[in-house]
Amino acid sequence: MAETRPDARTVLDAGEIRRALTRVAHELLEHNKGPRDLVLLGIPTRGVALARRLAARLAEIEDAEVPSGSLDVTMYRDDLRRHPTRSLGVTEVPPGGVDDKVVVLVDDVLFSGRTIRAALDALSDLGRPRVVRLAVLVDRGHRELPIRADHVGKNLPTSHAERVKVLLEETDGSDAVVIAGGRSGDPT
Amino acid sequence: MRHLLSAADLGRDQAVQVLDVAEQMAATQQREIKKLPTLRGRTVVNLFFEDSTRTRISFEAAAKRLSADVINFTARGSSVSKGESLKDTALTLEAMGADAVVVRHHAPGAPHRLATAGWTRGSVVNAGDGTHEHPTQALLDAFTLRRHLVGGTVPGAATGADLAGQRVVIAGDVLHSRVARSNVLLLHTLGAHVVLVAPPTLLPVGVEAWPCATSYDLDAVLEGAFGEPDAVMMLRVQRERQNAAFFPSAREYSRRYGLDVRRLGMLPRHTIVMHPGPMNRGLEISAAAADSARSTIVEQVSNGVAVRMAVLYLLLSGRKDPATGPVVTGGRTGGADGATRKDRRR
Repeated sequence: MAETRPDARTVLDAGEIRRALTRVAHELLEHNKGPRDLVLLGIPTRGVALARRLAARLAEIEDAEVPSGSLDVTMYRDDLRRHPTRSLGVTEVPPGGVDDKVVVLVDDVLFSGRTIRAALDALSDLGRPRVVRLAVLVDRGHRELPIRADHVGKNLPTSHAERVKVLLEETDGSDAVVIAGGRSGDPT
Repeated sequence: MRHLLSAADLGRDQAVQVLDVAEQMAATQQREIKKLPTLRGRTVVNLFFEDSTRTRISFEAAAKRLSADVINFTARGSSVSKGESLKDTALTLEAMGADAVVVRHHAPGAPHRLATAGWTRGSVVNAGDGTHEHPTQALLDAFTLRRHLVGGTVPGAATGADLAGQRVVIAGDVLHSRVARSNVLLLHTLGAHVVLVAPPTLLPVGVEAWPCATSYDLDAVLEGAFGEPDAVMMLRVQRERQNAAFFPSAREYSRRYGLDVRRLGMLPRHTIVMHPGPMNRGLEISAAAADSARSTIVEQVSNGVAVRMAVLYLLLSGRKDPATGPVVTGGRTGGADGATRKDRRR
């Protein structure tokens, strides 16, 4: 993986990730005029951990419980046939459901936009939110679909060949965003 | 996984993966919108040479919930009754572009023949071949066992777990049961201890080589001769295969091997009662046992859809290995047909 590659370099450290998430939490509250009706749905794997952190941040700022859950998009992907069979992640919708809520999709990296396209389809099978917003830790560009994020932790201009990897305490043992490969036509 | 022909095809991790995927599939079946777009554009053919209601409907529901196109083919009313061979039927289905063939056949090994003879490029799922195997039934039984015995009936709680140390009693007509064989193989793979209970006439030759214990005495087994049972699975007495030659009378069978009210009362509090269906009420299982709170018989049916969704998902969703090679068509399907199929696969 990225962290073992010799040319991997860290673009966000733990402190920067923390501050970015705090800012995104404030933006969410500002835009929504408070925590009312907010539901955070993380996209497995790392989006789920990020959604939980954001929910905790919102609870600190506003002293209000914001439900967070997970939304697995595997069965809605348009590239299933291009890869070996994928195992499924967990979808866990908070007890209040998503109908008429302000659902915030949370993911680690926004790249082609195809995952978010799948997430929107998956979400519409779960119910009808009043508003859907998108929060990502890193936006690395190269969109293939007309999709944009509402809240971005860090805009990261990359070349198409580079690999951006978000590492989180919950899944990888430490917090960092690393970037690897790329220049001089790296095939990955 | 390319085909599912035998419960023995699955290793421990693979079997747990099927159960975990089934757990997610079951969760989607609790929603208002149960349909998923996952297998859109894929074709599943149900090829049933033998009568079946619940298995065929279960596979049909599973394929449709995943948005696959389903073609049902039953031997009755088809060219099979005009004498068409399995091969010619398979070649026809291949020409129609079947991505998966779910086959039930009275001859043991028919699905294996279908999968390995090169007649079709699709994945083959064994939905019961004679008295040989019925792997998806074993998977749904394992799924039900895991939910109740490991997960405390909480959906999803047992994800990642196997059935290590669980004691499962399978009682009844083992000789004619494909369910028993597949269950013994799969439950053993998952770490459970299986005891088969049947009259000597209804145990198959060579059963001592199976990875399980056997007994002729149901009362002793329920009393804990092999340890306290965690689940009791009653098998249907398959009278259509028996010619009344395997036990003196239905009444005697019921007395010695039926799960009646007295035996139901002997079971430990947590023990569940299972039956693959269809039941002969009053013969191998009493109404009191079938309808009791510890019976999972109805739940097994709904779990069957989730498990079959998982199997179809795992067989069909990923990239096809291009190295599976050309189909041996025997000159029946033209080259042009083969080319369009290849294009469609991309």
